[in-house]
Amino acid sequence: MYNFSSLTNSIHESLSASLSPVMVTVVEWSIIGIVLITFVALSVMGMVYIERKVAAFFQQRIGPNRVGKWGLLQTLADFLKLLMKEHIMARSADKFLFNLAPFIMVIAAFLAIGAIPFALGLHVMDINIGVFYISAVSSIGVLGILIGGWAGNNKYSLIGALRSGAQIISYEISALLSLLVIVVLAGDLQLSAIIESQADGWWIFKGHIPVFIAFVIFLIAGTAETNRGPFDMAEAESELTAGFHTEYSGIKFAMFFLAEYVNLFIIAAVGATVFLGGWMPFHIGNWEAFNSIMDYIPPILWFFGKTGFIIGLIMWFKWTFPRLRIDQLLVLEWKYLLPINLVNLLVVAFIAMMGWYF
Amino acid sequence: MIAEEAIKEGIKTQEYFINMGPQHPSTHGVLRLMLELDGEIIKKVIPHIGYVHRSIEKMCEKDTYRQIVHVTDRMDYLSNHMNNEAVCLLVENALEIGVSERVKVIRTIMSELTRLSSHQLWWGVMGMDLGALTSFLYGFRDREIINDIFEETCGARLTMNYNTPGGVMFDIHPNFQKRVKDFIAHFKTKLPEYDDLLSDNVIFRNRTEGIGILSKEDAISYGITGPTGRASGFSNDIRKHKPYSAYDRVDFKEILMETGDTYSRYKARMLEMWESMSIIEQLIDNIPEGEIQSSAVKAVIKLPKGEFFQSVETARGELGVYVVSDGTKSPYRIKFRSPGFSNLFVLDHIAKGYKIADLVAMMSTIDIVVPDIDR
Repeated sequence: MYNFSSLTNSIHESLSASLSPVMVTVVEWSIIGIVLITFVALSVMGMVYIERKVAAFFQQRIGPNRVGKWGLLQTLADFLKLLMKEHIMARSADKFLFNLAPFIMVIAAFLAIGAIPFALGLHVMDINIGVFYISAVSSIGVLGILIGGWAGNNKYSLIGALRSGAQIISYEISALLSLLVIVVLAGDLQLSAIIESQADGWWIFKGHIPVFIAFVIFLIAGTAETNRGPFDMAEAESELTAGFHTEYSGIKFAMFFLAEYVNLFIIAAVGATVFLGGWMPFHIGNWEAFNSIMDYIPPILWFFGKTGFIIGLIMWFKWTFPRLRIDQLLVLEWKYLLPINLVNLLVVAFIAMMGWYF
Repeated sequence: MIAEEAIKEGIKTQEYFINMGPQHPSTHGVLRLMLELDGEIIKKVIPHIGYVHRSIEKMCEKDTYRQIVHVTDRMDYLSNHMNNEAVCLLVENALEIGVSERVKVIRTIMSELTRLSSHQLWWGVMGMDLGALTSFLYGFRDREIINDIFEETCGARLTMNYNTPGGVMFDIHPNFQKRVKDFIAHFKTKLPEYDDLLSDNVIFRNRTEGIGILSKEDAISYGITGPTGRASGFSNDIRKHKPYSAYDRVDFKEILMETGDTYSRYKARMLEMWESMSIIEQLIDNIPEGEIQSSAVKAVIKLPKGEFFQSVETARGELGVYVVSDGTKSPYRIKFRSPGFSNLFVLDHIAKGYKIADLVAMMSTIDIVVPDIDR
């Protein structure tokens, strides 16, 4: 299996040979920044396109098909349109916070994407508390929503922002607890170590029913955390017009939009990494022949395939289910998901202690 | 209540007003609701109407009776055919001329098709109001077939103006019967799909059951008609109580529910669609031969002096037309009793104490069409 760290190491060595250590760091971080921004921009455009096509498929429509081949450039056209639109700000809005909020959202999204391993050795940083780090930075995003909803000085935005605050803080617990199930089994918080522990089978297959329950809870909590239907309380188009970003227009609205899709990608990527083995090919125990055939598929394809699968699942229920009401949403979390999760975690801890998993 | 508890602890809270509409995704047009809110809990709903007021009743005082028929399309545009029928029936009754059996049956089939298309649109929008975006497109997909049928026979899809005093504008298209039968066969397979998508969904049931309960007594005292009133157990179907056109010869049930909550209002309309299909099935093969336009009606219609009233059952409830005639070619005074107007004003009564999200669901099941409220 190709290890991307040999590529990154060779780049590092060739840079070190000709530049001072400070310049090496500057150049390396610039490269990372450019690659990351390009990747995020492209993947968000791809996801928006896929979302439109998926929605069209569910609704028996065709979807975008005019701009570019099969409408592939439609998202780009929309992005350009948003870029050129006027910035409208209410006179009574808090100018500083109003302008700050979209950046907080985008920064939180970018911080989280840095820790995701795309393939063996292909990651920006592999910190030893990866799971903890991701759930920590992804909860910064709610600040952006709260500030954005407050600063616009619009009652609809304020309701949306407060709803979203209650929702994300609640579902953060469930998302983290369901990830902890795997952390207990793998015995490590580092994402690369969690992937390594799935070399002989993904946790969703190895971990019996408790892991499956954790996976379902993670999907629910993840959807709620990214503010997507059926948990799109903060936006709730039919109730609050556009929720927390009612007052935003042009590129600032686009930044909220971008952050939403990046968050979707992160949730899917984390789910894929932790439960479905990340870039690890599909291996079954010690079936050497089968495993070596599976190794022929490049890890990066495995990673994007699994992430795409989870994104597809999340899109599926967005376009099918009605929206919950805010109190039902909180009841679901505090009265059902959280107790189930705690019991589940205990059961898994017991299983891990006794070594009763494959 | 949150406010009371907060006051006890010394935290100051404030009730506030929010304007829902006139430009709002779920007010179904340009209705403005002023909501008095305590957090998200509704204290008061004040509907403000008048944004699409076109003074139709005043306009009618200048129009001839043939012209009035065309204006009624623009009231409840989803029950356009029934609105036309109300005026035509009134003119026919006032002049004491009968229409042929063929016309009666055609009108009934057309009315039921209109009811179906109205309920399909309502179903789609109901789903969208609750956040299930796909149902909107499903509703419109099936409505499209009915619109095509209308287009073929009437020449228009929405404001059809198919009825004229004394008959109908054109004879039915040769394809009409076949296409209607095809549609019924198609929709019988699709209606259970509607149930799968929304009615049996656990989130949908939680959002609608036990929400916005309207008792039978309140329904009567507020004058709530149509499926909204029948969901509370108030038997008010004009088709049953004062049959007109061909309703006296078809066999159908008046859907009566008991609880009167959002879900029963929803269910009443879903069941009504089955009844509409059964009415059409009973009539579609038995369209009698006859003239489509009565020769007794003159080009310029002058109603005798006096007061006339005619009501029909539209998709939203009872539409009453009241005409005071002074014997000239236009009415002295005309008054439309539109179902949407009476139904809207119950909102304050049923929405108190619920959340904004529930209000949207209630508004959807009351099935308001704003041009019907603001005539």
